[in-house]
Amino acid sequence: MTQLENEISALKKEIVNMWILVQSQLNKAREAMIKFDKDLAREVLVKEKRVNSFELKIDRDVENIFALYCPVAIDLRFLLAALKINTNLERIGDIASGIAKYVVDSAVNYDTAALESTSLLRMYDEAVNILIDTRTAFENEDTVLARSIFKRDDVLDAINDNAPITVAEVIKADITSINEALFILSIIRKLERVGDQSKNIAEEIIFYVEAKILKHSASQKGKKENE
Amino acid sequence: MESTIVSSENFNAYFGDNHVVKDVNIKIKRNEVIAVMGPSGCGKTTYLRCINRMHELIPGATSKGLMKLDDQDVYKMNAIYVRYKIGMVFQRPNPFPNLSIYENVIAGYLLNGLKISKADKDVIVEKSLTSAALWKEVKDSLHKKGTFLSGGQQQRLCIARAIAMEPELILFDEPTSALDPISTSSVETLFHELKANYTLIIVTHNMQQAARVSDKTAFFYLGELVEFDDTKTMFTNPKDQRTQNYITGRFS
Repeated sequence: MTQLENEISALKKEIVNMWILVQSQLNKAREAMIKFDKDLAREVLVKEKRVNSFELKIDRDVENIFALYCPVAIDLRFLLAALKINTNLERIGDIASGIAKYVVDSAVNYDTAALESTSLLRMYDEAVNILIDTRTAFENEDTVLARSIFKRDDVLDAINDNAPITVAEVIKADITSINEALFILSIIRKLERVGDQSKNIAEEIIFYVEAKILKHSASQKGKKENE
Repeated sequence: MESTIVSSENFNAYFGDNHVVKDVNIKIKRNEVIAVMGPSGCGKTTYLRCINRMHELIPGATSKGLMKLDDQDVYKMNAIYVRYKIGMVFQRPNPFPNLSIYENVIAGYLLNGLKISKADKDVIVEKSLTSAALWKEVKDSLHKKGTFLSGGQQQRLCIARAIAMEPELILFDEPTSALDPISTSSVETLFHELKANYTLIIVTHNMQQAARVSDKTAFFYLGELVEFDDTKTMFTNPKDQRTQNYITGRFS
């Protein structure tokens, strides 16, 4: 392997490690939400600093590789994609800590029935699964799996679109649950962003492996390709 | 401006039995800068030397196929005339050591016995040195020897010497490989300026130079033209795996 290949391989491992941390943050925020575990939620908030450190380190490593190796072709595309994936992962990390902060700030436990009726738990599981699958697509350079993310994001969008109705029903059933219901609505909105970030990452994987640009109108084409 | 100046059709070159350029088909448009790259021994310099018929000067060297300049078969033209139309600059600056800067610029006229007036010579010298971005640096020392200049200046003097004959095409065989980074940069800047009036074909081992200066890049491997495309495409999304392996340093 050339030194550039070694550097890129090390960078890829670094990104995967960040991915695993972000995924763990999202899972812990979920557990904290369900169990109303404020200590676990605080742990997520503390570990957010590690996510930020990862982002800075990856940015710096990419900058150094650009400066020292003048990468071209697939190496250049990988590094451009790495920068954007890094930003998207950091934002997903922010979302996890945002959800954890709701748990810390909430006065009472979330009602299990409300979590079910608003499809929040189903949405959460799907968002985490999408994030895991984008990581697998990244590790294996699997553009078929990356393309499948576009379609699966539709599930999150549908739950998000329906959220005003389902959350209103929670409020109607118990007017005193209004604060809790608004937290649920906010979490649904955040999870929808996890889907969007994962979709952006999937586009970057396809760009880096196949040199195809799917963002904006082209991403819709990618979605259609899977239908 | 979009017309083809050089084209090859099934062009082959040989050193005895050694087949060094294989069935090359290419069309080069006027006023483009073309970089030719590839590993050592891939045939890129041989191909370049076939364009102005320098290849045939080597004993045992032959060629087959069609090489056209302005739609005329180069190999049916007078070889001297071909070299009027096609200037060449080599790897190492090679000004004539016994001639002054002034005489070096008009060496093409002097050596071919072309008689021109002193006034015309002055015009040609100033115009050529200006085009080669050297006039300001040497205008007060035109009658000093060319070898008195720095390496980068000597190479620009050689470019001025090529320009003086008003060629249509200038071939460069690794023109900056013997120069320091500052001289390299001044020659590369010059390529951009020369493009307005000339077509340039540059053989280079320096891939970043190919990326910086050329509009299109040709990649040769084992005598074949593997890929010829816009430089931006070549360096971001090469179509052939061999090109990708070469430009990313994964060549074995």
